[in-house]
Amino acid sequence: MYAASVQELIDELGRLPGIGPKSAQRIAFYILKSPAEDARRLAACITAAKTKVTWCARCFNVAEGEAGVECEICTDPRRDSSALCVVEEPRDVVAIEKTGEFRGRYHVLQGAISPIDGIGPDQLRVRELLARIDAEGVKEVILCTNPNIEGDATALYLASLLKHLPVKVTRIASGLPVGGDLEYADELTLGRALEGRRELA
Amino acid sequence: MSLYRDLGVVLRTYKLGEADRIVVLLTAGHGKVRAVAKGVRRAKSRLGGRLEPLSHLQLLMYEGRELDIVSQAEVVEPWRALHEDLACLAGGMAMAEAAEQVAQEGEASGPLYRMLVGALRAMAHRPGPLVVAGFYWKLLCLDGAAPVLHQCASCGAGPPAARLVAFDIAEGGALCQGCRRGQPISPAALELLRMVVGGQLGRALELPASHTTNEVAALATISMERHLERRLRSLRTLERA
Ligand SMILES: [Zn+2]
Ligand SMILES: [Zn+2]
Repeated sequence: MYAASVQELIDELGRLPGIGPKSAQRIAFYILKSPAEDARRLAACITAAKTKVTWCARCFNVAEGEAGVECEICTDPRRDSSALCVVEEPRDVVAIEKTGEFRGRYHVLQGAISPIDGIGPDQLRVRELLARIDAEGVKEVILCTNPNIEGDATALYLASLLKHLPVKVTRIASGLPVGGDLEYADELTLGRALEGRRELA
Repeated sequence: MSLYRDLGVVLRTYKLGEADRIVVLLTAGHGKVRAVAKGVRRAKSRLGGRLEPLSHLQLLMYEGRELDIVSQAEVVEPWRALHEDLACLAGGMAMAEAAEQVAQEGEASGPLYRMLVGALRAMAHRPGPLVVAGFYWKLLCLDGAAPVLHQCASCGAGPPAARLVAFDIAEGGALCQGCRRGQPISPAALELLRMVVGGQLGRALELPASHTTNEVAALATISMERHLERRLRSLRTLERA
């Protein structure tokens, strides 16, 4: 048995995604053994990120500032507003930005349709996406959801909504490894997949 | 650790750690199996996309203490429509969800496996209005809840003396005027239901959508949920769509 404060730290770390009880224990003791200054900096980073970072009011990517602020991509006048890339999570924006292949803007759904988990379109930023098409003069929507069943379901659903709007709808090419997470795709593969996107019927 | 080979369908997956997944499989010879698929979320994974829900696979597995480990997986039949048509995808997930609830770990069920494969194949190639419902009714029969359809499930009275006007799976099936509870059922739907569970599912699957197929499909969902004593999320989620 550990002292209460150590156990509390282990429990908190164990609630993070991808961290099991063993890893939580390892990280907790790593923190306890490291200099007090390091631990303070980590704590300060978490607090600062949590207070400074919000969701972009337009695309729902991460943005720094007060609620209602827009992210760096949305406020960049050099970005092409006629092309809109739809992704599941902010980390997918990072993955696509790394390819350097895309000069348009993004829309982050903040999730994917997962029938079996009961996550439907009403829990995603779908209404906000539809509202942007006309308002921003979007000509092409590129569906860049993960190449897995939730990503497929999400893309098919969005395509069925968007076909009623005067906009070209494309899906990222199937060259991406199915089942893999977009964030793990290397830049070259992702860049090619983006380039080879095809129009949905 | 011992190796075994089996055929299986992926029912669902969970993320595990950084790049692994837990896959829940319905196998032909080992019933429901929970297994770890290592590294499958990385782009260069050899197993990768094969371990997505609704994939039909030839598997090579290591038996583990708590979870088995997927060593190799080859696709038996690629069912493209299940990934390219939203209604087919939703129907496939709805069947996988119910199968997962009925299947038991460590208890082989060849019939359940074959039923699911048949139903997914139908969904991928000839998706009619009764594919999911047909699977649900067959699943109820397999799970010991075959509905009584030719007389009142409660009092035993039958036509022509008593008309069967309602249906409640908890009561055992169709019900007469005096015993009525659950859902009302039309004579046409009752007739179609007799066809589905009475060995003529193939014919029923060919029928075009109608009031009657809708009624039998809705009744299938209600009955499956009542039998499992839980909601089927897949159907409800995409109905909201
Ligand atoms: Zn933005
Ligand atoms: Zn009766």
